[in-house]
Amino acid sequence: MAAQIQFNDVTLGYDRHPAVHHLDGEIAPGTLLAVVGPNGAGKSTLLRGIVGILKPLAGSIALRDINARNIAYLPQIAEIDRSFPISVFDFTGAGLWRSIGAFGGLDRHQRAKIVEALGAVGLNGFENRPIGTLSGGQMQRMLFARVLLQDADVIVLDEPFNAIDTRTSTDLLALVRRWHAEKRTVLAALHDMEMVRANFPDTLLLARGAVAWGPTTQVLTAENLAVACRMCEAFDDGAAACADTKPAQAA
Amino acid sequence: MLDIFATPFTDETARRALVAIVVLSFGSAPIGVFLMLRRMSLMGDAMSHAILPGVAVAFLLSGMNRVMMTIGGLIAGLFVAVLSGLMTRVTQMKEDASLAVFYLVSLALGVILVTSHGSSHELVDILFGDIQTIDAEALYLIAFNTTLTLCALAVIYRPLVMECVDPLFLRVAGRAGALAHLVFLAFVVVNLVSAYNALGTLLAVGMMILPAGTAQFWSRDISRIIFVAILSAIVSGYLGLVLATATDAPAGPSVVLTAGAIYFLSMIIGPAGGLVRRFAPGRHLEA
Repeated sequence: MAAQIQFNDVTLGYDRHPAVHHLDGEIAPGTLLAVVGPNGAGKSTLLRGIVGILKPLAGSIALRDINARNIAYLPQIAEIDRSFPISVFDFTGAGLWRSIGAFGGLDRHQRAKIVEALGAVGLNGFENRPIGTLSGGQMQRMLFARVLLQDADVIVLDEPFNAIDTRTSTDLLALVRRWHAEKRTVLAALHDMEMVRANFPDTLLLARGAVAWGPTTQVLTAENLAVACRMCEAFDDGAAACADTKPAQAA
Repeated sequence: MLDIFATPFTDETARRALVAIVVLSFGSAPIGVFLMLRRMSLMGDAMSHAILPGVAVAFLLSGMNRVMMTIGGLIAGLFVAVLSGLMTRVTQMKEDASLAVFYLVSLALGVILVTSHGSSHELVDILFGDIQTIDAEALYLIAFNTTLTLCALAVIYRPLVMECVDPLFLRVAGRAGALAHLVFLAFVVVNLVSAYNALGTLLAVGMMILPAGTAQFWSRDISRIIFVAILSAIVSGYLGLVLATATDAPAGPSVVLTAGAIYFLSMIIGPAGGLVRRFAPGRHLEA
């Protein structure tokens, strides 16, 4: 099948220092892909590049037959100002942005959809609570409800199960599987290898470059994981400009 | 006895002052709420400094002409707001830092311009405007600014709220966040210039921040907070003018002092995080 997201020798980073270095590859529509790797491997950076928040330092990320707005992105929880006085209902309702835009009002049908999405993540009765009163797990459930409402073809989740108890992550994983069954493309940055083995057919093992990319069972070998840990070297202030134009093996 | 609440407003100047402050409340209070929620309270303060040179230059060019001075302030303020906003977007610099850079530069530039041509005495007169001297023209100007502000806020309200609470979401889903932010900054300036006409540059921020702070003790929902902020701005404006007449004090500071008093009262008795609630919360609930 034709690629939906294609990486063409892409380098992403901050201040000219690459966090993802010369990545090539493609993601087919309907893929359920786990992005794993040690801390600092560039997982979040890659996801930020895909959703367009971060411009590549070199190379490109091409989206085929898909509008950039048709991507739902769930950032790490820390990016959200939880002290802001907004209710769970209003916050989640922003997921309907594509259909109501910046000014459209909510009709009864849409209100019902928001309540239904909150129900689907187990947050019945939380509609009028300020978001600041939610626990970490409830917050994550609410963010999933918003993704549900976004009804996007590509769903990008950045470490969605960090610091979340087993029951919550089981509930939310069920949603991920449902999205997969609906033929949506789902990419998730994850740390829990057991969860990846059990739920994600494909895996990208990232350590600045791709260490391995393919069916999960072939990617998550002890050998590959050891390589990934080694390859994640420190940010070097004195690093020279990269002259490499081909994918680097040991970056 | 009740006369003291009505007699101040028997002459036209005083009535004009009252109308000015009420109209001002409708624009400044919501702007202040967003400033506070974005943790930019002090940024309003910085911005009011950025307006000074523009006002002063206009005064040197055209004399004591309120319209010209307002335009001068608008130009200087917008210039600083837009440039610092862009700088934050394009570079890694945080908003407060880039704003500090710009307002310092513009303030220094303004002072040099002014000292080269005018006397410092005149300048002080301008910079601490007096609400009792508001003429019909200035009143129209304030009303015009407030109308514009309310229309603009209605248009950018949703993107602005989302930009505050979850900026990344908007950058992916709607791309309206940056625009909403710039429009918001522009209207911070518009309202500062409005308030400058009534309260002088230094106290102009008072009509934004104090009612906004008061409102935070009364609700945890953004739309109700805005409503309470407007209400408390109007009440402090009215009571402040009454106080000024009764004690023969200057009007601007009286209004701001009243707003401050209401703030501290709310801090004590407000149901959303007020001190009484904090130290005597009542019995806990079943669930």
